[in-house]
Amino acid sequence: MTSRKVSKKTNVNKQELLSFYKDMLLIRRFEEKAGQLYGMGLIGGFCHLYIGQEAVVVGLEASAEEGDKRITSYRDHGHMLACGMDPNGVMAELTGRAGGYSKGKGGSMHMFSKEKNFYGGHGIVGAQVPLGAGLAFADKYLENDRVTFTYFGDGAANQGQVYETFNMASLWKLPVIFVIENNQYAMGTSQLRSTSTPDIYTRGSGFDIPGEAVDGMDVLSVKAAGDKAVKHCRAGKGPYILEIKTYRYRGHSMSDPAKYRTREEVQKMREERDAIENIRSILLTGNHASEDDLKSIDKEIKKIVNESAEFAKASPEPELNELYTDIYA
Amino acid sequence: MTTEILMPALSPTMEEGTLAKWLVKEGDKVSAGDILAEIETDKATMEFEAVDEGTISRILVSEGSEGIKVNSAIAILADDGENISDLELSDISNEKQTLADTKNSKLKVETSTIESISEPEWTDATKVNQKTVREALRDAMAEEMRRDEKVFLIGEEVAEYQGAYKVSQGLLEEFGSKRVIDTPITEHGFAGIATGASFAGLRPIVEFMTFNFAMQAIDQIVNSAAKTLYMSGGQMGAPMVFRGPNGAAARVGAQHSQDYTSWYAHIPGLKVAAPYSASDAKGLLKSAIRDDNPVIFLENEILYGRSFDLPDIEDYIIPFGKARIWRKGTDLTIVSFGIGMQYALKAAEELAAQGIEAEVLDLRTIRPIDYETIIQSVSKTNRCITVEEGFPVVSIGNHLSAYVMEHAFDYLDAPIINCTGKDVPMPYAANLEKLALVTTEEVVSAAKKVCYR
Repeated sequence: MTSRKVSKKTNVNKQELLSFYKDMLLIRRFEEKAGQLYGMGLIGGFCHLYIGQEAVVVGLEASAEEGDKRITSYRDHGHMLACGMDPNGVMAELTGRAGGYSKGKGGSMHMFSKEKNFYGGHGIVGAQVPLGAGLAFADKYLENDRVTFTYFGDGAANQGQVYETFNMASLWKLPVIFVIENNQYAMGTSQLRSTSTPDIYTRGSGFDIPGEAVDGMDVLSVKAAGDKAVKHCRAGKGPYILEIKTYRYRGHSMSDPAKYRTREEVQKMREERDAIENIRSILLTGNHASEDDLKSIDKEIKKIVNESAEFAKASPEPELNELYTDIYA
Repeated sequence: MTTEILMPALSPTMEEGTLAKWLVKEGDKVSAGDILAEIETDKATMEFEAVDEGTISRILVSEGSEGIKVNSAIAILADDGENISDLELSDISNEKQTLADTKNSKLKVETSTIESISEPEWTDATKVNQKTVREALRDAMAEEMRRDEKVFLIGEEVAEYQGAYKVSQGLLEEFGSKRVIDTPITEHGFAGIATGASFAGLRPIVEFMTFNFAMQAIDQIVNSAAKTLYMSGGQMGAPMVFRGPNGAAARVGAQHSQDYTSWYAHIPGLKVAAPYSASDAKGLLKSAIRDDNPVIFLENEILYGRSFDLPDIEDYIIPFGKARIWRKGTDLTIVSFGIGMQYALKAAEELAAQGIEAEVLDLRTIRPIDYETIIQSVSKTNRCITVEEGFPVVSIGNHLSAYVMEHAFDYLDAPIINCTGKDVPMPYAANLEKLALVTTEEVVSAAKKVCYR
């Protein structure tokens, strides 16, 4: 732990630090539990865990205001928890139960919450990018000053529709923040083997979209970058790109043995760069919280997560007539 | 308190696996994320991580054991006692269960705004005007844009150029560039942007210069627009229209001449209209724009300039799922839609001259299909043929044949014949192109064949 890089920013208050810690820990513990339920066969199909990337959504959600929208890919559990969706509803969707956000009909990759302005949960790599710009288009059309966070990965950044969208978003000055969560691996293909230039954020320059790289293992850096991007969009200056360099500790999905990288590489990130440990040490060294305070937060989170798992197990499967509902409005 | 560590399922299809290697031993303290063991699944060797912290008190399955069933205990973890008690847990879950039950009892009643629309009364006394299909489509969009500010038109050349086929003539002038939007040539992108805008409550009309170009965008149409209502458990959908010319034009070759009706008709979550006349084009497009679902609206370039009677009825709107009977007859039923109707009607005239009275049905919408009218007609005529310009394999006619066979088999006096385009890419040469399309002669011949004449 001695080599851990600690964030240098100190102008944050205790409450903010504690809430970052809590929110990130909730995602981590929730995902660990999801992995466990998957192992028990309670969650089926594909399940993509967010462990390691928590600082990205937690930092950006701290920059968001009421009415702002968000949309992402299939690695979506963290985004849902960070925007305030109920862990019970999310976990019950993972187990395919009636109490899930989509009544069990969407699953891990396809969840939505109109109430929280969470527009999915999309299983086709890159498809959420024009959709996100469309949400921003609607805000501009309706003449409000809301912004849309459109998340996608380093893999999706190679899809053609991303650049079709960059062009129109810039042309029409859409209030959309393109958040590239660069976790360095598109499934099993490292960025070095798939992407012609290392800095994906520069790909907006041909469309006159400003962009920057952000340390995604440091929630304070993410929050600072988010504030800047939101300000840009809300001022009507058009889209903004944040390439957030992050890392996923688990495989691409539950069935990925992750043989394309070494165990040492993963271990090094966990030990030296972990976003949760980073905030934890700031809290402790800055005397913002005691070990006991953090222990009680851990306990509180564990309770929420266990409760969501119990709910997800106890919630009934959808009624059979649900097969034929929600096909047409 | 102790917890059993269970054999995990590590792929969607895994039922059992091999415990290849333990990376911990009894007495080891572990925390969440520590790798406990290596497990061979049906696909790969995976690392299995701890979820809880505690001490490995017993290992139940030794290294190298094969065929370990998923969910059987492989080790015991002793807890350091920070879990809330089982009692607390079950109380919480009971309470949440009650909440879930309450929520579930409010099952959404399936409604459709369109079902409440009834066919406007059009009698001999109704005043009619001659209008082209092109004008009818433009009028439909203009009327609906006046009615609802959330409706906008987006596509290539729809604004300043007035439409590649002049369907959007005058709309920019009336509604301005905020609501009549020229896009770059980027079908996948703007179809996705419009779909996203519809999720947020706008009602886009997406014009594809032709449906041939919509193949670039078909992922957004099918995976995003058509499926989101279902995948979101009814929370949000795509109230929008994708429209433009479909099928063969004239002498534009293989890539610009395909009929996509059966492609879109295949997809639950989409509605599909393919009008023939100007009045149906207008009434159905107005319906489509008001519909809360994604509608594929298939026009035809050859029909754009054709004039039809358009009744002088205010807010002329046609419901989806109702076929139009163009001609009454007793000898056979001809079912068609879109431009197929021109062959069906012409053939019916020629057949009448030969003493065969055909009943001609125009489906007008392919999803939903008015099966009732088809079955009623076939029950009366006992013979049926279908007409469309699309490819023969998995055509709309194939589907109708299967449906009629299943539901009116005893009424049929002859096998159903599907008249379709030929199973070839559209050729450019004038004589070959003519041969590739369905012809009136083929329809007449099929009709006579089912009548054994």
